[in-house]
Amino acid sequence: MSNSPIVKISGLNKWYGEFHVLRDIDLSVEKGERIVICGPSGSGKSTLIRCINALEEFQEGEIVVDGIELGPNLKHVDAVRREVGMVFQSFNLFPHLTVLENCTLAPIWVRNIPKKDAEINAMKFLERVKIPHQANKFPGQMSGGQQQRVAIARALTMNPKVMLFDEPTSALDPEMVKEVLDTMVDLAREGMTMLVVTHEMGFAREVANRVVFMDAGQIIEANTPNEFFANPQHARSKLFLSQILR
Amino acid sequence: MSDITSSAFIREDLVAERPAPVKTTGFIGLVRTRLFNSPTNILLTIAGALLLWFTIVPSVKFLVVDAVWSGNDRTSCLAETAGFAVGACWPYIQAKLPQLIYGFYPEAERWRVNLTLVLAVVLLLPLLIPRLPAKGFNAGLFFFAFPMVAFFLLHGGGLGGFGLSWTAGLLQLFDDSIIGAGQAVLSLSKSSSIGPLLWVVGNLILLVGTAIYWLIYPLTWLRDQLQGTGQSVWTDFAITAVVVTLIAFFLGGGVRAGWRALASSIAAFVAVAIIIKLMGLDHGGLPIVQTNLWGGLLVTLVVSVTGIVTSLPIGIVLALGRRSTIPLIRIFSIAFIEFWRGVPLITVLFFATYMLPLFLPGNFTVDGLVRALIGISLFTGAYQAENVRGGLAAIPRGQGEAAAALGLSWWKMTSLIVLPQALRHVIPNLVNSFISLFKDTSLVSIVALFDLLGSLRASFSDPKWSTPSTAFTGFAFAGIIYFIFCFGMSRYSLFVEHRLNAHRRN
Repeated sequence: MSNSPIVKISGLNKWYGEFHVLRDIDLSVEKGERIVICGPSGSGKSTLIRCINALEEFQEGEIVVDGIELGPNLKHVDAVRREVGMVFQSFNLFPHLTVLENCTLAPIWVRNIPKKDAEINAMKFLERVKIPHQANKFPGQMSGGQQQRVAIARALTMNPKVMLFDEPTSALDPEMVKEVLDTMVDLAREGMTMLVVTHEMGFAREVANRVVFMDAGQIIEANTPNEFFANPQHARSKLFLSQILR
Repeated sequence: MSDITSSAFIREDLVAERPAPVKTTGFIGLVRTRLFNSPTNILLTIAGALLLWFTIVPSVKFLVVDAVWSGNDRTSCLAETAGFAVGACWPYIQAKLPQLIYGFYPEAERWRVNLTLVLAVVLLLPLLIPRLPAKGFNAGLFFFAFPMVAFFLLHGGGLGGFGLSWTAGLLQLFDDSIIGAGQAVLSLSKSSSIGPLLWVVGNLILLVGTAIYWLIYPLTWLRDQLQGTGQSVWTDFAITAVVVTLIAFFLGGGVRAGWRALASSIAAFVAVAIIIKLMGLDHGGLPIVQTNLWGGLLVTLVVSVTGIVTSLPIGIVLALGRRSTIPLIRIFSIAFIEFWRGVPLITVLFFATYMLPLFLPGNFTVDGLVRALIGISLFTGAYQAENVRGGLAAIPRGQGEAAAALGLSWWKMTSLIVLPQALRHVIPNLVNSFISLFKDTSLVSIVALFDLLGSLRASFSDPKWSTPSTAFTGFAFAGIIYFIFCFGMSRYSLFVEHRLNAHRRN
């Protein structure tokens, strides 16, 4: 069991109407592996990770998460979503609930954990992202970086086996990017399996086991960060890297 | 200039505080800075003062200064007897007050109306004050127990059976109409050109009807047996309680997690039993007062409260239905909303009162007030649906996605994340519809229900109080009553809005 990949994507194809957004994607992620997915905008990277927890449907192929099979008919959506946490570019915290309520909602209503236990557990995660003292504030009263850290804590309260990050720092001011990245680095050190869509190449160098470069809906190149940055093979990756690393 | 040190400055004497040369505070300041500070504002101030002069002064003169406050009949409100041009004739309102509140509700039974109103206030007030505890229990009492009690208090009468008999009765009615339809088709088949086809269809319908008859036979048989015994209500009640409680227990999760459902079901049935016993519903209950005797403020409140309480859930369901991805539900919701929005309320009321009975099966009648209530609820429900839809449209897609990503089902996502936010956005619109519903209840007077306004107009024809100012006094009084209720709703909605939008204040 320990040798089988925790996420296995095979033959994934997706169309938006006539437009072929994901083409023959094959990717498997080992337990504890950190994968950074990069590529130009519109290359399908967000769509790919949104397929993993079935926020997007797909027409062909199969995704297996921790032994749970997710085919085009999305049968085991709920089971998969319980195992996969997600952090969005625009945070998507629930504005009418306090930070603590944001973090206890899913444990209480999905896992049926008593409110008291859920709160204790949520405080633990809020401490880990270093904002326990803001627990009774509303998200609208916090900075972007703090909101994103709450969003990470909220996903972690469900004890996910895999965490998906969809451009978690793209909507942040430069000075807040660091606090969010630091949180993610800590998470990586603890051995969480992570799939991160990001343009933060520094983060990719520091924590990723593998960098996956996508363009036009397909995986162009996948390699260790050292190899990928120092020695890109495909012409498209070379062009991309030359444009973002000046 | 180039010598930088010359710009250095050290204060030697501190400047003492002194009053502003032009007064900017207090009344004079207000006049100077807000009322007469520019030619436009001077004009506006004069126009405003004139407006107040021409509205407030005559109103106060009519309602208070020139009003007659006591008397026994029309003579005291005539200019000849009073000695001045009489304004409001308040003794007329005083004499007609019972009629304006109760309509023709029998005098000996009016305590029942009072008791219902007191119960409503006692249950509603704690619900409206956020600080008080036990909101769930309180809401349960107000929204479920109270309507039941209010019905038997206001209308009277008792129970002939309970859940079992009702279910059996409903199913039998349903089956009877199927068999009736089958027989109608069969009789058509004799004279039609597609006779054989109709014959087959008619027999098929009859077959289905007969099958259902035998399917529900155990239920109807049991009902008939129960009616034979002396204690039919209580036996029926016990059977219903056991069946419903067991269903609640197993749907709630059985032995694993169903104990809560079991306990609340038992508690609910015990409460119902207490109500039945207290009100003597098992042996006839209170004397029946037909709804055509109800009137005045009583009808206005019954219609508006029922409309308000039922229209919001209807609106929420329709709004969600309209956004559904299932075509059948979406089309039904759109058709329903557009139908009710496209028809004037008067037409709805006329239809419900005079035409609906023609469509219903022969011995099946619905009380006139109930028909108007259903019409108004559905009508307002359609409007509320559009209000709620506006709120739903304001919720970003990401909210639903975040909830889904956390593993929340559609129902939990809708009830915990989407609706709470959507409804907060549209509180002003919802209350707007409530207020307009409250005032629209006066339209029921055209279908022979005498609400506050209807009772008022009926009282104009009393020769004992016929004076030049009777009608003005009556309408002024009705206006004040409507204003108190509507303004109350408006202020309360502002309070709720402010409270629920705490998260939007930084």
